[in-house]
Amino acid sequence: MTLFALAGAFETGLLFALVALSIFMSFRVLDFPDLTVDGSFPLGAAVSAAAIVGGFDPFIATFFGMLAGAAAGFVTGLLNVRFGIMNLLAGILSMVALFSVNLRIMGRPNLPVYGQDTVFSRFESVVDAGLWSNTILLLIIAIGAKLIVDWFLKTEIGLGLRASGENPAMAEAQGIRNGAMTLLGMSIANALCALAGSLFAQMQGVADVTMGVGTIVTGLAALIIGEAILGRRTVFLATLGCVIGAVVYRLFIALALSAGFIGIRPQDLNLITAVVVAVAVVLSQRRGKRGRKQLFNFKLVRGAQQNDEGQD
Amino acid sequence: MLSLSDIRLTFNPGTATEVRALRNVSMQINEGEFVTVIGSNGAGKSTLLSTVVGTVKPDEGSVKLDGLDVTDWPAAKRARYVGRVFQEPRLGTCSSLSIEENLALAAARGKKRGLGLALGKKDQKAMFAEHLEKLGLGLENRMGTPIGALSGGQRQAVSLLMATLLPMKILVLDEHTAALDPSAAHKVLTLSAEIAQERKLTTLMVTHSMRDALAYGSRTLMMNAGQIVLDIKGEERSRLKVSDLLERFGRAAGTEIDDDQLVLA
Repeated sequence: MTLFALAGAFETGLLFALVALSIFMSFRVLDFPDLTVDGSFPLGAAVSAAAIVGGFDPFIATFFGMLAGAAAGFVTGLLNVRFGIMNLLAGILSMVALFSVNLRIMGRPNLPVYGQDTVFSRFESVVDAGLWSNTILLLIIAIGAKLIVDWFLKTEIGLGLRASGENPAMAEAQGIRNGAMTLLGMSIANALCALAGSLFAQMQGVADVTMGVGTIVTGLAALIIGEAILGRRTVFLATLGCVIGAVVYRLFIALALSAGFIGIRPQDLNLITAVVVAVAVVLSQRRGKRGRKQLFNFKLVRGAQQNDEGQD
Repeated sequence: MLSLSDIRLTFNPGTATEVRALRNVSMQINEGEFVTVIGSNGAGKSTLLSTVVGTVKPDEGSVKLDGLDVTDWPAAKRARYVGRVFQEPRLGTCSSLSIEENLALAAARGKKRGLGLALGKKDQKAMFAEHLEKLGLGLENRMGTPIGALSGGQRQAVSLLMATLLPMKILVLDEHTAALDPSAAHKVLTLSAEIAQERKLTTLMVTHSMRDALAYGSRTLMMNAGQIVLDIKGEERSRLKVSDLLERFGRAAGTEIDDDQLVLA
């Protein structure tokens, strides 16, 4: 593997750490299998790219992207909480709608930001680490996001959010409004995902309406690999697992691609990701049955939870 | 003081599965009263509790707490005035959170939750430890343990503590010892009665056991087919035995009790 490919793997991995954190918030903490992320990733990209092209400061443009993502998550939450649409379907509806929204925002299928000021060019002008500049910035952002999520989940609201996701009946009895918590958690999760999309567009130099395909599965792969490595006993370890899992995943992909491993090509990535996730989910559920405590209620395999309940 | 007036509730109205769960239920529980509620399956005990805690809204009638009409308040809003212990230990506590975190959730009940850290507040931990010590289970030394690692009885005791941590207008116990083994059930029941007495809590306890219904509290209600058919308190109640209760119930309801679980308990 070339040094260039290695740096690329780190960059993409750290970027997808943000997606993994987003999925940790929705799937794990909130117990809400959120598919909005396939739409909020390109939404963040589209909004930021449009703002940058429109002359905004790249940091402010990135912030706009996050806000748009939060709004998308809020809408998905609202469809579920207020109108009673099943959580999976609510996410799918948002995701589909966002495809059109993203086209509208950009005015065309893709919007280049080549030659424009981006957060990466700004950072490089301050800290020039050559090939590794982007990696350093993304490392700071990913770790920062991880620490913010850790902190948030320890606050009074954050603890309420965790209770609401794990045990809505108990949360309600303690005066926590479950609907409000879903809206809040979904907004945060999708803001994180949109941040990833926004940074991805600035890193690649282009926002593309199709760039969100497979975001959810890649994020899940990162989350599950992280859990396999570090477990999920505490929030600190679980979020650290998101970052490490995402990087490890991209490193393996880069390795496989550069080695020409059993003829893998870039276009096979989504298939490989899906297979990795399927295998990892099955394996992690097996391990769960062997007595390892489940930290969260959410089950990725039907019927697995009942088996776990008998264990602890 | 809790007062229910003319509560009516029908599930699935107009369909083949229509159930008139509550028919014109009116009652008043005075401050400091400990009321036990008994009745066979489907008598409307749980539905009655649900209208009190707010998880179910009656079709007609009103629920008032100290004169305040809370009929339209959702359960989360009502939680500031209502302490609640569930039947299932898993329901009342959060398995993955530690004992201290669960208590912190309860300590914020009815208050605005902000961005301050939930744990580590001044004196909070000492206050929790003091309360836990009173349970006599040694949990004050295990505050960092996830609740999921505790036994059902221990969880129910913590759940009871969470329900009674803050001042409230009414404590609602929903067959909270039904899922426990006999000795744990006895311990949790005794604890409930002690806490209720010490703090002079207005309490509404549903139970399946006629003996417990008479042994604890100061007043007993018996429900049948969505109505309160017996309301016994005072001296009359203190002389009453389970067999008398059965007979009185039979006369009041005009039927024989056919719920084995109720008779045997």
